[in-house]
Amino acid sequence: MGVSEPRRKRLVVIGNGMAGIRTVEELLGLDAQRFEITVFSAEPHGNYNRILLSPVLAGEKRFDDIVTHPREWYASNGITLHAGDPVVAIDRKRRVVHARSGLDVPYDRLLLATGSKPFVIPVPGHQLPGVIAFRDIHDVESMLEAARNHRHAVVIGGGLLGLEAANGLARRGMTVTVVHVMDSLMERQLDKPAAGLLKTALESRGIRFLLEANTAEILGSDRVTGLRFKDGGVIDADLVVMAVGIRPNFELAKAAGLHCERALVVDDTLQSLSDPRIYAVGECVQHRKSTYGLVAPLYEQAQVCAAHLAGLGHRRYPGSVTSTKLKVTGIDLFSAGDFIGDAETQDLVFRDPRRGVYKRLVLKGPRLVGVVLYGDVKDGPWYFELMQKRTSILPFRSRLLFGQAYCEPSEQAA
Amino acid sequence: MDGGIGTAVVKTTCPYCGTGCGVDVRVATDGNVEVQGDASHPTNAGRLCVKGSALGDTVGPQGRLLYPAMKSDLTACSPRARGEGGLEMAQAPDPNPLPAVAGRASEMRRVGWDTALDRIAEKFRQVVRDHGPDAVAWYVSGQLLTEDYYVANKLAKGFIGTANVDTNSRLCMSSAVAGHKRAFGEDIVPVSYDDLEAADLVVLVGSNTAWCHPILFQRLVRAKEARPEMKLVVIDPRRTATTEMADLHLPLRPGTDVWLFNGLLSFLHQHGMVDTDFVERHTTGLATAMAIADNTAGDVRSVATQCKVQESALTEFYRLWARTEKVVTAFSMGVNQSSAGTDKVNAIINCHLLSGRIGKPGAGPFSITGQPNAMGGREVGGLSNMLAAHMDLHNAAHRELVQGFWRSPVIADKPGLKAVDLFESIEAGKVKAVWIMATNPVVSLPNADQVKRALAKCELVVVSDVMANTDTTAFADVLLPAQGWGEKSGTVTNSERCISRLRSFLPPLGEARPDWWALAQVGQRLGYPEQFAWTGAHEVFDEHCRLTAHGNADEAGTRDSGLGTREAVPVVPRYLNLSGLAGLARVEYDALLPVRWPVLVKPGNPAPESRVPGPESRVFSDGRFYTPDRKARFLPVRPRMPVHPTGDDYPLVLNTGRVRDHWHTMTRTGLSPKLAAHIPEPFVDLHPGDALLCGVREHELARVTSKWGSCVARVRFSGEMQRRNVFVPIHWNGQFASDGRVGKLVNPAVDPVSGEPEFKHTPVRVEPFRVTWHGFALGRSGLPLDAAVWWTRVTGAGFTRYEMAGRRVENGWQALARKMLGAESPSADWLEYEDVTAGQYRAALVVDDRIEACLFVSPRPDLPSRAWLSGLFARQKLEDVDRMALLVGEPFERGADTGATVCSCFGVGRKTIEQAVRGGCHTPQSLGAELKCGTNCGSCVPELKTIIAQALAPA
Repeated sequence: MGVSEPRRKRLVVIGNGMAGIRTVEELLGLDAQRFEITVFSAEPHGNYNRILLSPVLAGEKRFDDIVTHPREWYASNGITLHAGDPVVAIDRKRRVVHARSGLDVPYDRLLLATGSKPFVIPVPGHQLPGVIAFRDIHDVESMLEAARNHRHAVVIGGGLLGLEAANGLARRGMTVTVVHVMDSLMERQLDKPAAGLLKTALESRGIRFLLEANTAEILGSDRVTGLRFKDGGVIDADLVVMAVGIRPNFELAKAAGLHCERALVVDDTLQSLSDPRIYAVGECVQHRKSTYGLVAPLYEQAQVCAAHLAGLGHRRYPGSVTSTKLKVTGIDLFSAGDFIGDAETQDLVFRDPRRGVYKRLVLKGPRLVGVVLYGDVKDGPWYFELMQKRTSILPFRSRLLFGQAYCEPSEQAA
Repeated sequence: MDGGIGTAVVKTTCPYCGTGCGVDVRVATDGNVEVQGDASHPTNAGRLCVKGSALGDTVGPQGRLLYPAMKSDLTACSPRARGEGGLEMAQAPDPNPLPAVAGRASEMRRVGWDTALDRIAEKFRQVVRDHGPDAVAWYVSGQLLTEDYYVANKLAKGFIGTANVDTNSRLCMSSAVAGHKRAFGEDIVPVSYDDLEAADLVVLVGSNTAWCHPILFQRLVRAKEARPEMKLVVIDPRRTATTEMADLHLPLRPGTDVWLFNGLLSFLHQHGMVDTDFVERHTTGLATAMAIADNTAGDVRSVATQCKVQESALTEFYRLWARTEKVVTAFSMGVNQSSAGTDKVNAIINCHLLSGRIGKPGAGPFSITGQPNAMGGREVGGLSNMLAAHMDLHNAAHRELVQGFWRSPVIADKPGLKAVDLFESIEAGKVKAVWIMATNPVVSLPNADQVKRALAKCELVVVSDVMANTDTTAFADVLLPAQGWGEKSGTVTNSERCISRLRSFLPPLGEARPDWWALAQVGQRLGYPEQFAWTGAHEVFDEHCRLTAHGNADEAGTRDSGLGTREAVPVVPRYLNLSGLAGLARVEYDALLPVRWPVLVKPGNPAPESRVPGPESRVFSDGRFYTPDRKARFLPVRPRMPVHPTGDDYPLVLNTGRVRDHWHTMTRTGLSPKLAAHIPEPFVDLHPGDALLCGVREHELARVTSKWGSCVARVRFSGEMQRRNVFVPIHWNGQFASDGRVGKLVNPAVDPVSGEPEFKHTPVRVEPFRVTWHGFALGRSGLPLDAAVWWTRVTGAGFTRYEMAGRRVENGWQALARKMLGAESPSADWLEYEDVTAGQYRAALVVDDRIEACLFVSPRPDLPSRAWLSGLFARQKLEDVDRMALLVGEPFERGADTGATVCSCFGVGRKTIEQAVRGGCHTPQSLGAELKCGTNCGSCVPELKTIIAQALAPA
C-alpha cells in the first residue's frame, strides 16, 4: 500500500427514487468503499416506496410507513443527499453535474434514475386547479385535501394506477367515477373476463365506470367543476385525477447528448450507448426496445447495474418479464406476461364466478408465457417463476392451473 | 309378512349365490333394512359376503314394477314391433332415473290383476287350441322360490300339457344335473359343505369360488388355515382370487377338462388306485370308460400338451389326487357351461367312482350351484327335460304317478325346449306365448340379440319381474309385478341340499304378488280351481313334499310314507324325499329351520326307522344308487374341443363370468353404491401381448366381436389371462351400459345332453373402439347422455356416476356441459376448467353450497379418481378448499383420496391400503388389524395379497 490512499471514485446519482436507491444499496452491499456517493433528489424527502402510495391514499398506511430510506440512512452510509435540488444539466466533457441550486458536483460514474412523469392529456382545462396526477406523495396530499373538502372525484384512466386512485378516493368518502377510453379495465394487464370481474367488484364498492369515454374538455374556471366528453355528455367533478400512463423522464439525458429513443437507451450492462461512464436504471430507461413501469424490473436492473459499478462486470440484464398486482384491498389480481396470446398459444381457463375466481394461463409450446389470476392469486409468484425460469410445464400441464400444491412431485412412490 | 317393522329379527336366506347363507334382518323404525349374517345358520354361521351385506341397499322402491300392465291392443294378438317408449310403472320416487334406453314399451298401461290374468289365460287357451300345448312356454329362474317353481311346472306339464318349462338354471348347472342323472340315476349332490372342510384335498375346477361363493370359500380357507396339510388345487384357465390361495394352479387350456380327468382316471388305474370292491359291487361301465380314457389320455405328457399345462404340475396334481383318500372335486361354471359340460361332469365323477371316493366323509364330486334356488327348481322338476320331484318325462310309470297325484287332464310326455332352443323356436314362430319369470334373458342368454328378435316376434310375452325397466321387460305384452326379496316367502335349496326359508319382512310394494299365486290364478282360470287352490306358500310346499314322498319306496317294498293318496301307485324309489316336511302347518312352515334333504320324519320328531341326514345315512354310503339296477355308471367320455374353434377372423377365446360384487344382470346389485364401487364398468380382460396384436391399450375402450354380436368394454390387464384368452363379465345390461351385454356375443352352441350353452368359449376378436374423448360425470339426478357414444351407469351413494366416451363435440364443451348438468341458467353456481388444445374440460354445478353434478373430460382415459369426488356428495356444505379442489378431482390434503374400493365391506380404498403397506403392514392380517379390510367376508384378501406384493416389489 502507498502512503496516501488513492482518491475514491465519485458516483453521482440523479434521482432518489426506488430504482436509484436500490442500485446504491446493491452497490454498498458489494463494495461500500468504492465510491464517494452523491444523490440528487427533486423531491424534498428521503426515499419512499412509491408503489405504496395507494395504501396511503386509501388510509391503510401512513406516509411514515412507506419511507424506506430516511435522511439518517444517507448519513450513516456516507452518502451526500441533495434533496429538493434537482440536477439541471450534465457536462459530460468535464464530468460534472449542475444542480438547480448552482451546485456543481464532479463524477467518475454517473447513474441516471430520473424515473418518469405522469402523462397529462392536453385537453382544455388540464391545468385547472383540482386536476392532478397520481405520482408522488404531493399528489396524494392533494387528493386527501380534496377528499376532505369536495365530493365528486373523476379518475381518468382505468389502468392499474387509476383504479388504485379511485379506490383510495372512494375509501376517503368521495363519489368516484372512473373514465376509461377503452372498453375494458386494465387492458394491458387483464383479459376481458378478468376485467369484467374486477369492474363488478369495484362497482360493488360504489365506484362508477364510464368506459369507451373520450374526455373532450375539463370544465371549470377557478377550479375544476366537471368533465365534458366528446359525445357531449357532462359529469360533475371537484377533483380530476389523470392516470393515463407515464412518460419516461429523460430530458436531462437527451440534453446531455446521450442516445435516446422513447427513453434513454442502455445496453445489457445498463450503460448508455453514448457514454460508458453513464449508467441508468428505472423508468427512464429503454432497454431492448422495452420500457418498464413496474418495480420488479427496476430491482433486476439495479442488481446488474450495481455489479458493473462495483467493477464486477460479470452480469447482464436480459430484460424482464413483468407481473402486476393491484393494490386494492380485497381484490386479488395478478397478471404477468403475454396474457392475450396468439395463434400459437394455448389457454388453460378456470372459472368460478360465484367465488369470484378466474384464472387463465397462456402456454406457448411447453412454457408458460402469460398469467391472469383474479380472485385467487396465491400461485401468482409461482407461475411467474415458471415463466422467468422458462420451466417446461408439460409434466404437470393438467394440474398447472390448480396451483403449485397440486404440481409438486407426488410422494416417493414405493 | 313374517316380521314387523322395528321388532324382532327375521331370519331369512340370501337371494344371491347357491351357497345359501342365512340372513338376520331387522327393519329399523326409519325403514332402513339392517342385514347381518345368521349366526345360527349352518351354512354361514353369521358371516355374509359383501353382496349379502349390501342387501339392504337393494330393497328400496327405486325402479320397481308396482302394478300389472298390459299393452292396450293385446286382444289383437298380432306380432308387432316392441321395444319403444317408456313405462310409467314405478310411481315411487326414483332417485336414479334410468338414462334413456331405446326400447321400452310405449303403449303399456296399468291394469288390474284380474284383467292381466284373464288375458293370459285367454291367450294361453287360444294358443293351445290353435297351435297345441307346445306353443306355450315358460322361461323361469333359479331366483324363483321352490313353491313358485312347483306351480309353474305343474301348470305347464300337467295342465297345459307341455314340458316347455325351462329356466336360467339351464345356463348354470344343467350339465351337473345331467351328469348326476347319468352316473347316479338321480340328480343328487353327494357332498356337503362339511365334507369340503373335512377333505384333505379340495380340487376346484372352473370355479372362482373366492368371488362367486365367498362364504363357502372362506370356510375352505379357514379349514385350510386350521389344517395346513389340507391341499387346494385350482383348475382354471384364469388366474383368479381363488388361485391366489391355491397350493397348485393348473391354468388349463379352455375346454380340455375331459382330457385332464380322463388322464386322471387313467393315471389312477395305472397306479392301482382302484377301489375294486366298490367298483365291482356298485358300478357298471368301467371297461368302456377306461378304454376311452386310456386311448385319449393314457399318457401324462400328451395330456399336459393337450391341456397346455406343465407336465410336472399335472403329475403333481395326479399324484396328490391319487394318494389323498379324502378328496372333494368341486366344480362350477367352468365345467358346466360347455358344449362338453355333461361329459366333463362325468369325467370327474368317473374318478371318484373308480377310487370309491364317494359316499364317504370328506370325499366326492361336488357341483357348486350358482343360484340361490337352482337346486329347489331341480327338485320340483323345473327343467324342460324333467317331470317333477326327481322323476322323468320319458318314464311312463313316473308320468302315471305324477298325473295321478296332480289329478291333471294331461301330462307332458316328451322333453320340452331347452333355453337356447326355446328362444329359437319362438323366433321360428313355433312357440307363440312365453311367460318369463325373474330372469333377464335379453342379457343373459347366448346370442342375446336373437332373444330380442324372438321376443319381438312372439304373440304374447308375459314378464313377471320386480323391476319395471329391464332389457327384457321392454319386450313384454303383459307385465306382472313380482315380490322382491324381503317381500316374498317360501323356501330355497342351496348347493348342499339344504332347504332354508326365505321369509318376508317388508310389505309388498304396490300390487306385487307371489309368483306362485299368479301362476295358480291362471291355472284356475284355465278351469282347474281345485288343483290350483292353495291359500299360502306353505300349502304349495306341502304338496311338493307329498309328491316327493308319493310312490317313493325302495324295492325292498317299504311302503311309502302313506302321505297322499291311498290307491295303489307305481313304486319309484328316489332319494329326494321330503315326507318329513309334509303336512306342516303354517306356523311350522314359518318356523322351519334349515334342513338337508332327504327329510323322512318331521324335524324335531325323529323316529327310529327314519333316514335322518347324518354320517350314517350319507347318500351312497351304502353303495346304492338310483339307477334301475341301483349301480352307479361309469360314463365313457370321449374328449372333444369346444364347438366353435378360433380362427383368423376370431382368434381369441372369450370367457365370461362374474365379478366379485355383482350378481347376474345387476338388476339388484346395480342399486347398491357399495357394490358398484369395486368394479364399476364392463371390462375386457386380456393378455398385454394379445392387446398389442389387437391394437388396444389398457384403460381404453375396445370392441369385442364374435360371429353373433359385439360389445364395447374397457380394456384391462389384470395379469390373470393366458395368451389368446379374453374375459368379459356377464353383468352389464342395457340399463347400466350402452353396449355391455356380453350375452350378444356368446355362441349358441350347447351341450348335447344338458343343453347348457358354451358360455366359456366363444371365438372373438378385439379391436380398438375409437373415441376422441373420455369422460365421467357424477350427478344427484340422472343426466342425459346424448353426447356419448359409449356409457356406463354406476350407482353411487346419493348420486349416479356415468363413465362416458364420445367422438365429436360440436361447438366445444361449455354449452354442452351446462345442458348436460342442468346448469343452463347463467346465474348457476358453475365452476369450469378448460384446456381447449389439450381437450381437457371440467365443470361442476354447485347448488346451495352442495355439489350437484360434475363432469370431467379428457382425450385420454387419464381422468382423476372418482373416489374423493363421490364422497363430496355426502357433504352438507362444500368448504372453499373443496371447491378449489373440485375440478382437480382430488383433495388438497394428501392421503384424503382413498382410491378405488378394494374392501367393499368396510369401504377401504386401494391408496389407503398401499399407504398402510408402506407403513409396515405386510400381511392381510396386519392390514385387517389396522384398517379392518378383509376382516368381514374376506373376499378381498387375495387382492390385499396382490397389493402387498406390488407395493413391496422393488420399483
